[in-house]
Amino acid sequence: MAIIPLERKPLSLAERTYLPAILSGLKTTFARLLRPIETMEYPEQRPAIPPGYRGVPTLVKDPNGREKCVSCQLCEFVCPPKAIRITPGEIPADAPTAQVEKAPQAFDIDMLRCIYCGLCQEVCPEEAIFLQNQYSMSGYTRAEMVNHKDRLYELGGTLPDPHLKWDKKKAAAEHGNTH
Amino acid sequence: MFDFFFNLHPVIQGLLKGLAVILVIFPLAGACSLAERKVSAWMQGRPGPNRAIVPWFAYIPFLGTFLQRLGVFHLMADGAKFLFKEEPVPGHVNKLYFVLAPALAMMPAFTTVTVVPFGAYFDGAGQVIPLALANVDVGLLAVFAVSSLGVYSLILAGWASNSKYPFLGSVRASAQLISYELSMTLSVVPVFLWINAPGTPGTMSLAKAVEFQSLPGFWGGTWFIFLMPLSAAIFLISLFAETNRQPFDMPESEADLVGGFHTEYGAFKWSLFFVAEYSHMLVGSGVFTLLFLGGWNPLPWLPLADFVAWLHSLGGAAFVVHPLFVGVLSIALFLGKVLVLIFIFMWVRWTVPRFRYDQVMKLGWQKLLPLAIANLIFYALAIAFIQK
Repeated sequence: MAIIPLERKPLSLAERTYLPAILSGLKTTFARLLRPIETMEYPEQRPAIPPGYRGVPTLVKDPNGREKCVSCQLCEFVCPPKAIRITPGEIPADAPTAQVEKAPQAFDIDMLRCIYCGLCQEVCPEEAIFLQNQYSMSGYTRAEMVNHKDRLYELGGTLPDPHLKWDKKKAAAEHGNTH
Repeated sequence: MFDFFFNLHPVIQGLLKGLAVILVIFPLAGACSLAERKVSAWMQGRPGPNRAIVPWFAYIPFLGTFLQRLGVFHLMADGAKFLFKEEPVPGHVNKLYFVLAPALAMMPAFTTVTVVPFGAYFDGAGQVIPLALANVDVGLLAVFAVSSLGVYSLILAGWASNSKYPFLGSVRASAQLISYELSMTLSVVPVFLWINAPGTPGTMSLAKAVEFQSLPGFWGGTWFIFLMPLSAAIFLISLFAETNRQPFDMPESEADLVGGFHTEYGAFKWSLFFVAEYSHMLVGSGVFTLLFLGGWNPLPWLPLADFVAWLHSLGGAAFVVHPLFVGVLSIALFLGKVLVLIFIFMWVRWTVPRFRYDQVMKLGWQKLLPLAIANLIFYALAIAFIQK
């Protein structure tokens, strides 16, 4: 490694008074005073959420309004802090989506436990649970901080679904092809 | 109305004038605290306090929002908060002195105002009459003597708090005051050497200093900051130290002393210390303006009398030569300069980091004091040569 010897000049008289340095500092702060303010005033101004953001986990419906979760409980098992609690339920045989067979009876996510890791979204075979853009969760009680099924669907809304796999499955079964 | 006022008993007149000055200084000191918050915010790229608003003002379309963004209502909110907050008195303090200290802090801060002239008007003979609560000949000496008493409140606060950090803070305050008082006093001696020419009656009056800066001619109209720049610089630096402003705020220095002398204080008692500090700043800036920045003269080489005459010739209106108008104009000019100085105080505060304690002592004793003495000797010789 090359060594570059630097000459250490003794401070000049002006430098030793520190006044030039202070004056240049004053210039900097005054220039700053005239520049526009950079604060984002939060409740009125909100930050733009980048794509792929992991906010509050939510449940989504497909474009036909069917709840996509089939209560397989994979997310419940994978959830590291054990924030998810699912009570599986059956879909009645006379329902239009009877071929799906299962849907959650209850689906609770305890937001006091959730660590926003996104493993539930990653593991979901039905693409039913998504960490979406909402970043602010608050409540006055512990009970308020548990998102129940209806609240999860309200937060999640409907996402586009290119597969509609259960519709294809039903159509195939009607044409005699069980796969 | 004027006749009624001037026919009152002098004591009542004095009381009314004193009350008027306090009614100006107290809110002004409060406004300075808001200005401090705003200036610091803007220098850091923040909007600063801008949320509080009185409901009725919210209905005013443009002005209401403007005042809200300016944070004017935070001033009232702060004041109201300090008034109605619980007054904590820790169990381990000496109660009498603990309560006495903030009150004592206010006294020198307001007492010094009495001898500071803040404006002037001309009587029938064209004579300049300075506006002051007490235009006494000891002027500056009185300011120095009384403002130094301010440190007793800090010592008392530190002692009464009966706790380490406040005590350290008050010890620092007294050491710092003693160190910088010397250079401060020495730095203004040349000004009064110049004013008190041989054969004239001696004076320490601040109004006289302004009078000397409003004389005709090139040298007469020069502000003393141009005649004695080093004196002005030493005085200003010492003023920073005397008023415990950053970078010299050793007595408070949050980083190493929690809150310094007012660590144990809260609510209204704390705010009294705060207002006292700003009042000291206001008076200090006032004295600097009078001594070095030409007092109520609008510009160097343009005394107030000429300015008023020029205004009169411009508009021709009779009211511009009325003593009331001239008085208000001079007060506005003086206050304007003081507020600019206050801004410089804040500007420096948010630029320069706090010195270490040993650096403060070194600067005071090893740099400023010899410089002030050299400055005094130089001007003493020069003035002796000129005025011989």
